[in-house]
Amino acid sequence: MAETSVTHAHEMHEHDHSEEAQLWEGAKEPFKASYGKLMMWYFLLSDAFTFAGFLIAYGALRFSMPTWPEPDFVFGSLPFVQAHWPLIFVTFMTFVLIFSSVTMVRAVQEGHRENQKGVVFWMLLTILGGATFLGSQAYEWTTLIVKENMSLSQNPFGRHIADGVYLNENGSEAKKPDGSPLEFHKGESYLMHIHDGHPTGLVFHDASQRGEKMVQHEGTKIKYTTGAYAGQVREAEMGPKAFGALFFFITGFHGFHVFSGVLFLTIIMINAAGGVYAARRNGYEMVEKIGLYWHFVDLVWVFVFLVFYLL
Amino acid sequence: MAGHQTYEEQKALVFYGLKLLGAITIVEVLVALLAKGHLVHGIKFSEGFGHYLYMLLMIGFSLYKAYFIIFFFMHMAYEVRGLAMSVLLPTGLLVWAIIAFFQEGSSWGARRELIKEKNEEIIKPVPASQPQGYWLPGITEQNKG
Repeated sequence: MAETSVTHAHEMHEHDHSEEAQLWEGAKEPFKASYGKLMMWYFLLSDAFTFAGFLIAYGALRFSMPTWPEPDFVFGSLPFVQAHWPLIFVTFMTFVLIFSSVTMVRAVQEGHRENQKGVVFWMLLTILGGATFLGSQAYEWTTLIVKENMSLSQNPFGRHIADGVYLNENGSEAKKPDGSPLEFHKGESYLMHIHDGHPTGLVFHDASQRGEKMVQHEGTKIKYTTGAYAGQVREAEMGPKAFGALFFFITGFHGFHVFSGVLFLTIIMINAAGGVYAARRNGYEMVEKIGLYWHFVDLVWVFVFLVFYLL
Repeated sequence: MAGHQTYEEQKALVFYGLKLLGAITIVEVLVALLAKGHLVHGIKFSEGFGHYLYMLLMIGFSLYKAYFIIFFFMHMAYEVRGLAMSVLLPTGLLVWAIIAFFQEGSSWGARRELIKEKNEEIIKPVPASQPQGYWLPGITEQNKG
């Protein structure tokens, strides 16, 4: 085998000096893509597997639990607004990422035309989009951690496992303002209100009423009327612990990707503005490569959005 | 790289993409709010066939968004076939990962339920008049099981 290749190389040598020299220089690109671009694709493939591992772990743990927090109940906060607006803020975040993906494509296109000003302008908009997304995520995390007391090992978002009625702290049945009993049904969500590390009350959405008004209830005692615990007075329980860790790890890992993306975009934008890539005369390939990464961050968000907020 | 398209065509594709992804996202959120009972009072698809249909729809929309981003924003549609296949085919392995781990997850849940059930099971004490096992007549210290 070694002999043949040696002969072959020798023949090549006789036939064409320049072509052989180029082969050793790596001039023939596999898949007609540059080394950097190809490796960016394979890096993104490996990163896709990492994210897939996280999201599949979320699915497996969710399937292993009798109840799981409802996304439209958990993610209902908006800045400056007291009311419950399910999924609206995270839709805004999704739009921010879509916009920044679109401005990124424009930057790559201007790069192919060697239009330096265009590249810098569209990259700047992309960076602003990324920063807006990170700011929104900071708001979302702050709300969950500070206001709603969710942490890596604590999840105050629970769901009822059967029908029943809320009790007052003295053990009597809680009443609505109109005098009827304050009931709950299987699958309905509640947020455990925690004060100084102890559960003190429940916040929930009264499904029998129209609109998105939340009911604040003092005390955590409930009485089931159906299911295995029918007739028993129990304390409302916290939701599955894994939810907190999964949420912070997965959206945190994605946010870290956005953060590093913003850093690299900034470096490349400064280089582009300084004429580094104009001198290379390769159609701003570096912008194209960071563009691939940036679209991937948007792509991952499509699935994070699906798994955490829609399903 | 989209070499065979004019600059105007490329720009048009970008704004088409913006409209398409935006529209799909709005539809997704509206369908989600409807299915979870926030849009029309009394209408909710939280279990049964309606819920499966809802989940399928959401997964379908997301996969279409992913396809559009990969093929047109990331230009996979204009790369050579080998590159596209070497990146896209390995993700097919995830199909089995999803099936296997979701199955595994359900099994953890079932086992946890079983253990809970067994822990809470009340065993009736055996009355002295009805001895069982070792205490039955004829079984001695030598031949007990």
